[in-house]
Amino acid sequence: MENNILKKVDLIFDNTCDPLVVVDKVLAKSPDDVILDIIDSGLKGRGGAGFPTGLKWKFTRNEDGDTKYVICNADEGEPGTFKDREILDKVPEKIFSGMAIAGYAIGAKEGYIYLRGEYNFLLPMLNKKLEDFNRKIKAKNLDFIISIKSGSGAYICGEESALFESMEGKRGEPRNKPPYPTVSGYNSKPTSINNVETLVYALMICKLGPDKFKELGTKDSRGSKVFSVSGDTPNPGIYELELGMPLKEFVSEFGDGDTKAVQVGGASGHCVPRKHFNDTIIGFEGIPTGGSMMVFNSSRSMYNVLHDYLEFFTEESCGQCSPCRIGCQQLLKGIEAIKKGEKSPIYIEELKRLAATMKIASKCGLGQSVCNPFTSIVDNFREEIIY
Amino acid sequence: MTKIKHLIQNFSLQKFKKGGQKMSNVENLVKELVKIHGKNRNSLMPVLQGVVKEEKYLSEDAMMAIAKELDLSTADVYGTASFYTFLDTVPRGKNIIRVCKTITCHMKGKDELIKALEDALKIKVGETTHDKQFTLLTANCLGWCHKGPVMLINDEIYPETSPQAALEIIEKYQTSTKK
Ligand SMILES: Cc1cc2nc3c(=O)[nH]c(=O)nc-3n(C[C@H](O)[C@H](O)[C@H](O)COP(=O)(O)O)c2cc1C
Ligand code: SF4
Ligand code: FES
Repeated sequence: MENNILKKVDLIFDNTCDPLVVVDKVLAKSPDDVILDIIDSGLKGRGGAGFPTGLKWKFTRNEDGDTKYVICNADEGEPGTFKDREILDKVPEKIFSGMAIAGYAIGAKEGYIYLRGEYNFLLPMLNKKLEDFNRKIKAKNLDFIISIKSGSGAYICGEESALFESMEGKRGEPRNKPPYPTVSGYNSKPTSINNVETLVYALMICKLGPDKFKELGTKDSRGSKVFSVSGDTPNPGIYELELGMPLKEFVSEFGDGDTKAVQVGGASGHCVPRKHFNDTIIGFEGIPTGGSMMVFNSSRSMYNVLHDYLEFFTEESCGQCSPCRIGCQQLLKGIEAIKKGEKSPIYIEELKRLAATMKIASKCGLGQSVCNPFTSIVDNFREEIIY
Repeated sequence: MTKIKHLIQNFSLQKFKKGGQKMSNVENLVKELVKIHGKNRNSLMPVLQGVVKEEKYLSEDAMMAIAKELDLSTADVYGTASFYTFLDTVPRGKNIIRVCKTITCHMKGKDELIKALEDALKIKVGETTHDKQFTLLTANCLGWCHKGPVMLINDEIYPETSPQAALEIIEKYQTSTKK
């Protein structure tokens, strides 16, 4: 069984280092060298989209202009994801320090944390620690200050351009891209936006050096990742694991012996049925994930699971573009009609075509990704959807 | 949409009515919030959030006061507020309960939790108790899926809440907010 043990990692929550010492180390280097280290490490965004962090910083640095922003995306709304809350709660100074390093690297003087309203209970603690942190950064003569902006219960505000709109006091409706945030983000200024976890990894790469980080993971998925494990598992919780693991190993560690499927990447991710546990890799070469791993055993109806997801998207769609606004509603109505026998099972094919259209015609990642859970559940659990 | 029209039509009327009268509480609150957050569009969210924190919802008066202070149209203020689940534009109770209804909490018994709360408070989801102490709502994933079912009361989080535990928690709020 030895080879079946998942490699656990302890970088994110490791509390033995003083993050400000790492900031000092970084300030002794040139911003370009810091960016080169992050590029070299192969770190990719941990918020879902997986864009190379070093490149994002470089693009933002290369833009002209005095005003640039660093934003920490703490909107964590993907169903099944709760690791950012834990990071915010346990190691906030590491996040702040990661932001300060990003600020130094790209030449930003202001940083913001966009914290989802559901996590408001963290505010008193975060504000207190932030006050302290801002003072310490000032004492280092680094011109960088962080503040917090709160969300108000809208999943779509985790999408970067919707998040900027929200920070600007508007409805959280995603913008057209391009221009990308590195060119025109918050207040239409060059902005580097990163997930909470990404910023802490950036800090740890600065501490340990890119080579140490590269020892973990695979060629396409460097490093480790914090996973949020929930559902039918004896061990729900937060685990930092090496990327590139086979799903089979994950299930043997976290399953309850009767695992029927794992939803990788939350409601907007992919459902992997048992027959594919062996040939599925968790990472950018296989199925990437923002960290949500929902485990379902054979007592669960996959119709109910899909119904829940579609309800979620129908409610959280910003309604700005019709493929997504109408598409989500129609997919939901469609599977209900099939279940009730009002539509023949062949109707599933039509719904799949609709989902595929949403993938190419929707304006942002929300509408584009509904196809992932829809198709993967409908294809693998067709009987459960119909009968 | 009709609500927006109604708001716009009422705008000048209300201003007229208020002329000469003493400023209402909510106007003072808005002025105070704008002073703290700054008189610009970027302050709209914190100002809206500040009003909701105090008043539990955004009344027409509040939205009109915000529009006036930030130099926006009332429709713009309402349009923004109505986008966000936590920025209610209908009256809410003193304590707002939000039970997570997303998949893992569904699997871990959110239906039983909601039923227990509905029975204890004698209201359905979406309603407010007669004494205006509680509003019962559902929410999407609250970020505690490993500890479902979960509920949020105002800003306070209650993970792994059994129906029994929920009743005890409600009791606590009842006694602490009634006096
Ligand atoms: C609908 C939607 C919701 C999103 N929610 C989040 C979120 O809650 N947190 C997050 O970090 N990224 C979220 N993202 C991804 C962001 O748009 C963005 O890619 C990310 O913050 C970039 O940071 P990273 O490169 O460090 O991952 C979301 C994207 C979409 C389309
Ligand atoms: S895809 Fe959906 S969430 Fe995204 S812009 Fe269109 S309607 Fe809004
Ligand atoms: S599903 Fe209820 S907290 Fe995530």
